[in-house]
Amino acid sequence: MVPALAATGIVIVALLGELLLPRIEETVTRFRARRRCLPAEDGLELDPGRDRRAEARARLLLKSCVNDEEWEMYRDLGFIRVWSMATGRPSVKATDDAPYAYLIYPHKPILAFAPQTGRLLSEHCVEFPDDTRPYGSDRLPDSDDVLAKWMALTGDEQRLLDEANMHLPGRQIDPRQVKRDLWRLRQWERARARVGAPLRDGRAVPS
Amino acid sequence: MRPGHGEVLIAEGDVEVRAEEELLIAEFSRQLDSGMWAAVPTTDARSGRREAQMARSFDEVPRDAERVIFFPRASGGQ
Repeated sequence: MVPALAATGIVIVALLGELLLPRIEETVTRFRARRRCLPAEDGLELDPGRDRRAEARARLLLKSCVNDEEWEMYRDLGFIRVWSMATGRPSVKATDDAPYAYLIYPHKPILAFAPQTGRLLSEHCVEFPDDTRPYGSDRLPDSDDVLAKWMALTGDEQRLLDEANMHLPGRQIDPRQVKRDLWRLRQWERARARVGAPLRDGRAVPS
Repeated sequence: MRPGHGEVLIAEGDVEVRAEEELLIAEFSRQLDSGMWAAVPTTDARSGRREAQMARSFDEVPRDAERVIFFPRASGGQ
Protein backbone atom coordinates (compact mmCIF):
# COMPACT_ATOMS: atom_id res chain seq x y z
CA MET A 1 0.00 0.00 0.00
CA VAL A 2 2.66 2.46 1.08
CA PRO A 3 4.93 1.86 -1.90
CA ALA A 4 1.94 2.29 -4.23
CA LEU A 5 0.99 5.63 -2.62
CA ALA A 6 4.61 6.75 -2.69
CA ALA A 7 4.89 5.88 -6.38
CA THR A 8 1.65 7.75 -7.13
CA GLY A 9 2.92 10.76 -5.19
CA ILE A 10 6.19 10.77 -7.10
CA VAL A 11 4.35 10.61 -10.41
CA ILE A 12 2.07 13.50 -9.38
CA VAL A 13 5.03 15.62 -8.28
CA ALA A 14 6.86 14.84 -11.54
CA LEU A 15 3.84 15.82 -13.64
CA LEU A 16 3.24 19.00 -11.67
CA GLY A 17 6.93 19.84 -12.02
CA GLU A 18 6.67 19.47 -15.80
CA LEU A 19 3.72 21.83 -15.82
CA LEU A 20 4.85 24.39 -13.28
CA LEU A 21 8.60 24.57 -13.80
CA PRO A 22 8.47 26.62 -17.05
CA ARG A 23 6.03 29.05 -15.46
CA ILE A 24 8.17 29.43 -12.37
CA GLU A 25 11.26 30.06 -14.51
CA GLU A 26 9.36 32.65 -16.59
CA THR A 27 8.13 34.43 -13.46
CA VAL A 28 11.64 34.54 -12.00
CA THR A 29 13.06 35.86 -15.28
CA ARG A 30 10.43 38.59 -15.43
CA PHE A 31 11.04 39.52 -11.81
CA ARG A 32 14.78 39.81 -12.44
CA ALA A 33 14.22 41.83 -15.62
CA ARG A 34 12.02 44.30 -13.77
CA ARG A 35 14.61 44.78 -11.07
CA ARG A 36 17.51 45.19 -13.48
CA CYS A 37 18.92 48.74 -13.56
CA LEU A 38 19.14 49.96 -17.12
CA PRO A 39 21.82 52.55 -17.92
CA ALA A 40 20.34 55.93 -18.81
CA GLU A 41 20.56 56.79 -22.51
CA ASP A 42 23.05 59.45 -23.50
CA GLY A 43 23.93 60.05 -19.89
CA LEU A 44 20.41 61.27 -19.07
CA GLU A 45 18.87 60.31 -15.78
CA LEU A 46 15.73 58.26 -16.23
CA ASP A 47 12.85 60.26 -14.88
CA PRO A 48 9.49 58.54 -15.24
CA GLY A 49 7.57 61.71 -14.41
CA ARG A 50 9.32 63.85 -17.00
CA ASP A 51 6.98 63.14 -19.88
CA ARG A 52 3.94 63.68 -17.70
CA ARG A 53 5.24 67.03 -16.48
CA ALA A 54 6.13 67.99 -20.04
CA GLU A 55 2.61 67.17 -21.16
CA ALA A 56 1.12 69.18 -18.28
CA ARG A 57 3.20 72.21 -19.32
CA ALA A 58 2.26 71.66 -22.95
CA ARG A 59 -1.44 71.63 -22.12
CA LEU A 60 -1.14 74.95 -20.32
CA LEU A 61 0.66 76.46 -23.28
CA LEU A 62 -1.93 75.10 -25.71
CA LYS A 63 -4.78 76.48 -23.62
CA SER A 64 -3.15 79.91 -23.55
CA CYS A 65 -2.83 80.04 -27.35
CA VAL A 66 -5.93 78.53 -28.93
CA ASN A 67 -9.52 79.72 -28.76
CA ASP A 68 -11.64 78.66 -25.81
CA GLU A 69 -13.84 76.54 -28.06
CA GLU A 70 -10.81 74.77 -29.49
CA TRP A 71 -9.31 74.15 -26.07
CA GLU A 72 -12.55 72.67 -24.77
CA MET A 73 -12.82 70.57 -27.94
CA TYR A 74 -9.35 69.15 -27.33
CA ARG A 75 -10.00 68.62 -23.65
CA ASP A 76 -13.32 66.86 -24.24
CA LEU A 77 -12.79 65.10 -27.57
CA GLY A 78 -9.02 64.76 -27.98
CA PHE A 79 -8.71 66.69 -31.23
CA ILE A 80 -9.12 70.20 -32.62
CA ARG A 81 -10.98 71.26 -35.74
CA VAL A 82 -9.41 74.11 -37.67
CA TRP A 83 -11.18 75.80 -40.55
CA SER A 84 -9.21 76.20 -43.74
CA MET A 85 -8.32 79.78 -44.54
CA ALA A 86 -7.30 78.93 -48.10
CA THR A 87 -10.18 81.03 -49.42
CA GLY A 88 -9.91 83.76 -46.83
CA ARG A 89 -11.10 83.94 -43.27
CA PRO A 90 -14.30 82.01 -42.71
CA SER A 91 -17.23 83.83 -41.21
CA VAL A 92 -18.80 82.97 -37.88
CA LYS A 93 -20.93 80.24 -39.45
CA ALA A 94 -17.88 78.75 -41.04
CA THR A 95 -19.54 75.55 -42.20
CA ASP A 96 -21.47 77.59 -44.75
CA ASP A 97 -18.45 78.98 -46.53
CA ALA A 98 -15.29 77.10 -45.58
CA PRO A 99 -14.54 74.62 -48.38
CA TYR A 100 -12.79 72.32 -45.98
CA ALA A 101 -11.57 71.97 -42.47
CA TYR A 102 -8.94 69.95 -40.67
CA LEU A 103 -8.90 67.67 -37.67
CA ILE A 104 -5.71 67.87 -35.63
CA TYR A 105 -4.85 64.81 -33.58
CA PRO A 106 -1.68 64.48 -31.50
CA HIS A 107 1.04 62.62 -33.38
CA LYS A 108 -1.26 61.62 -36.20
CA PRO A 109 -1.70 63.08 -39.68
CA ILE A 110 -3.79 66.21 -40.13
CA LEU A 111 -7.05 65.12 -41.67
CA ALA A 112 -8.80 67.32 -44.23
CA PHE A 113 -12.56 66.96 -44.67
CA ALA A 114 -15.50 68.76 -46.24
CA PRO A 115 -17.55 70.22 -43.39
CA GLN A 116 -20.76 70.37 -45.43
CA THR A 117 -20.82 66.67 -46.23
CA GLY A 118 -18.35 65.18 -43.76
CA ARG A 119 -16.47 63.62 -46.67
CA LEU A 120 -12.85 62.83 -45.87
CA LEU A 121 -10.47 64.41 -48.35
CA SER A 122 -6.87 63.65 -47.44
CA GLU A 123 -4.34 62.92 -44.75
CA HIS A 124 -1.42 65.32 -44.40
CA CYS A 125 1.42 63.54 -42.64
CA VAL A 126 3.65 65.98 -40.84
CA GLU A 127 6.09 65.76 -37.95
CA PHE A 128 8.01 68.25 -35.87
CA PRO A 129 11.15 66.32 -34.99
CA ASP A 130 13.83 67.97 -32.89
CA ASP A 131 17.03 66.38 -34.17
CA THR A 132 19.03 67.67 -31.23
CA ARG A 133 17.00 65.26 -29.02
CA PRO A 134 17.58 67.52 -26.02
CA TYR A 135 15.90 65.17 -23.57
CA GLY A 136 16.66 61.91 -25.29
CA SER A 137 13.63 61.99 -27.58
CA ASP A 138 12.83 63.88 -30.76
CA ARG A 139 9.08 63.78 -30.09
CA LEU A 140 7.15 66.74 -28.74
CA PRO A 141 4.60 66.18 -25.97
CA ASP A 142 1.13 65.46 -27.38
CA SER A 143 -0.29 68.92 -26.70
CA ASP A 144 2.80 70.62 -28.12
CA ASP A 145 2.40 68.58 -31.30
CA VAL A 146 -1.21 69.76 -31.54
CA LEU A 147 -0.18 73.35 -30.88
CA ALA A 148 2.59 73.21 -33.48
CA LYS A 149 0.08 72.00 -36.08
CA TRP A 150 -2.46 74.59 -35.00
CA MET A 151 0.06 77.44 -35.24
CA ALA A 152 1.39 76.26 -38.57
CA LEU A 153 -2.13 75.85 -39.98
CA THR A 154 -3.52 79.14 -38.76
CA GLY A 155 -0.27 80.99 -39.44
CA ASP A 156 0.72 79.66 -42.83
CA GLU A 157 -1.55 76.89 -44.01
CA GLN A 158 0.01 76.53 -47.44
CA ARG A 159 3.54 76.30 -46.09
CA LEU A 160 2.56 73.48 -43.76
CA LEU A 161 0.72 71.59 -46.48
CA ASP A 162 3.73 71.98 -48.77
CA GLU A 163 5.95 70.37 -46.15
CA ALA A 164 3.52 67.53 -45.41
CA ASN A 165 3.18 64.26 -47.29
CA MET A 166 -0.34 63.98 -48.60
CA HIS A 167 -2.12 60.63 -48.73
CA LEU A 168 -5.62 59.39 -49.34
CA PRO A 169 -7.77 59.18 -46.22
CA GLY A 170 -7.61 55.89 -44.39
CA ARG A 171 -3.86 55.36 -44.62
CA GLN A 172 -3.18 55.96 -40.93
CA ILE A 173 -6.42 57.09 -39.37
CA ASP A 174 -9.34 54.72 -39.60
CA PRO A 175 -12.13 56.50 -41.53
CA ARG A 176 -14.70 54.90 -39.25
CA GLN A 177 -13.00 56.52 -36.29
CA VAL A 178 -13.05 59.89 -38.05
CA LYS A 179 -16.74 59.51 -38.87
CA ARG A 180 -17.36 58.77 -35.22
CA ASP A 181 -15.27 61.76 -34.19
CA LEU A 182 -17.21 64.05 -36.53
CA TRP A 183 -20.45 62.74 -35.07
CA ARG A 184 -19.10 63.28 -31.56
CA LEU A 185 -18.09 66.79 -32.59
CA ARG A 186 -21.61 67.59 -33.82
CA GLN A 187 -23.11 66.27 -30.60
CA TRP A 188 -20.59 68.24 -28.58
CA GLU A 189 -21.39 71.44 -30.48
CA ARG A 190 -25.11 70.94 -29.99
CA ALA A 191 -24.67 70.39 -26.27
CA ARG A 192 -22.44 73.42 -26.10
CA ALA A 193 -24.95 75.54 -28.04
CA ARG A 194 -27.71 74.53 -25.64
CA VAL A 195 -25.86 76.04 -22.71
CA GLY A 196 -25.13 79.24 -24.66
CA ALA A 197 -21.39 78.80 -25.01
CA PRO A 198 -19.68 81.58 -26.94
CA LEU A 199 -19.21 81.19 -30.66
CA ARG A 200 -15.85 81.33 -32.36
CA ASP A 201 -15.80 85.10 -32.30
CA GLY A 202 -16.81 85.40 -28.67
CA ARG A 203 -20.55 85.97 -29.29
CA ALA A 204 -23.08 83.77 -27.58
CA VAL A 205 -24.91 81.15 -29.59
CA PRO A 206 -28.55 82.21 -30.10
CA SER A 207 -30.84 79.67 -28.46
CA MET B 1 8.76 73.70 -27.30
CA ARG B 2 11.17 70.86 -26.60
CA PRO B 3 10.64 67.11 -26.68
CA GLY B 4 10.45 65.66 -23.21
CA HIS B 5 10.15 69.05 -21.63
CA GLY B 6 7.43 71.19 -23.18
CA GLU B 7 7.76 74.92 -22.87
CA VAL B 8 11.21 76.33 -22.12
CA LEU B 9 11.88 80.03 -21.60
CA ILE B 10 14.74 80.98 -23.90
CA ALA B 11 14.98 84.72 -23.47
CA GLU B 12 12.91 87.64 -22.35
CA GLY B 13 13.24 91.34 -22.68
CA ASP B 14 11.70 94.65 -23.66
CA VAL B 15 12.06 95.59 -27.33
CA GLU B 16 12.02 99.26 -26.33
CA VAL B 17 15.31 98.76 -24.48
CA ARG B 18 18.07 98.63 -27.06
CA ALA B 19 20.30 96.09 -25.29
CA GLU B 20 17.41 93.76 -24.60
CA GLU B 21 16.15 94.04 -28.15
CA GLU B 22 19.57 93.04 -29.47
CA LEU B 23 19.54 90.05 -27.17
CA LEU B 24 16.12 89.05 -28.44
CA ILE B 25 17.17 89.48 -32.07
CA ALA B 26 20.28 87.37 -31.51
CA GLU B 27 18.28 84.61 -29.84
CA PHE B 28 15.60 84.76 -32.54
CA SER B 29 18.24 84.32 -35.24
CA ARG B 30 19.93 81.52 -33.32
CA GLN B 31 16.66 79.60 -33.06
CA LEU B 32 15.83 79.99 -36.74
CA ASP B 33 19.38 79.02 -37.71
CA SER B 34 19.02 75.84 -35.67
CA GLY B 35 16.02 74.88 -37.78
CA MET B 36 13.14 76.07 -35.64
CA TRP B 37 10.01 77.85 -36.82
CA ALA B 38 8.74 80.91 -34.99
CA ALA B 39 5.11 81.77 -34.38
CA VAL B 40 3.44 84.61 -32.56
CA PRO B 41 0.06 83.91 -30.97
CA THR B 42 -2.24 86.77 -31.96
CA THR B 43 -5.85 87.82 -31.56
CA ASP B 44 -7.81 89.18 -34.50
CA ALA B 45 -8.87 92.71 -33.57
CA ARG B 46 -12.26 92.46 -35.33
CA SER B 47 -13.44 89.00 -34.39
CA GLY B 48 -11.46 88.41 -31.22
CA ARG B 49 -10.40 85.12 -32.71
CA ARG B 50 -7.04 83.69 -31.74
CA GLU B 51 -4.63 82.50 -34.37
CA ALA B 52 -0.91 82.42 -35.03
CA GLN B 53 1.35 84.50 -37.18
CA MET B 54 4.47 82.84 -38.51
CA ALA B 55 7.60 85.00 -38.39
CA ARG B 56 10.52 84.37 -40.70
CA SER B 57 12.52 87.31 -39.37
CA PHE B 58 12.50 89.41 -36.25
CA ASP B 59 11.02 92.30 -38.25
CA GLU B 60 7.87 90.24 -38.77
CA VAL B 61 7.27 89.94 -35.06
CA PRO B 62 4.72 92.57 -33.97
CA ARG B 63 6.31 95.09 -31.62
CA ASP B 64 3.62 94.46 -29.04
CA ALA B 65 3.90 90.68 -29.17
CA GLU B 66 3.93 89.15 -25.72
CA ARG B 67 5.81 86.05 -26.77
CA VAL B 68 7.28 84.17 -29.68
CA ILE B 69 7.00 80.41 -29.67
CA PHE B 70 9.69 78.36 -31.39
CA PHE B 71 9.00 74.82 -32.45
CA PRO B 72 10.81 72.28 -34.63
CA ARG B 73 10.18 72.89 -38.30
CA ALA B 74 7.65 70.67 -40.00
CA SER B 75 8.74 67.83 -42.16
CA GLY B 76 6.78 65.26 -44.07
CA GLY B 77 5.85 62.32 -41.90
CA GLN B 78 5.32 58.66 -42.74
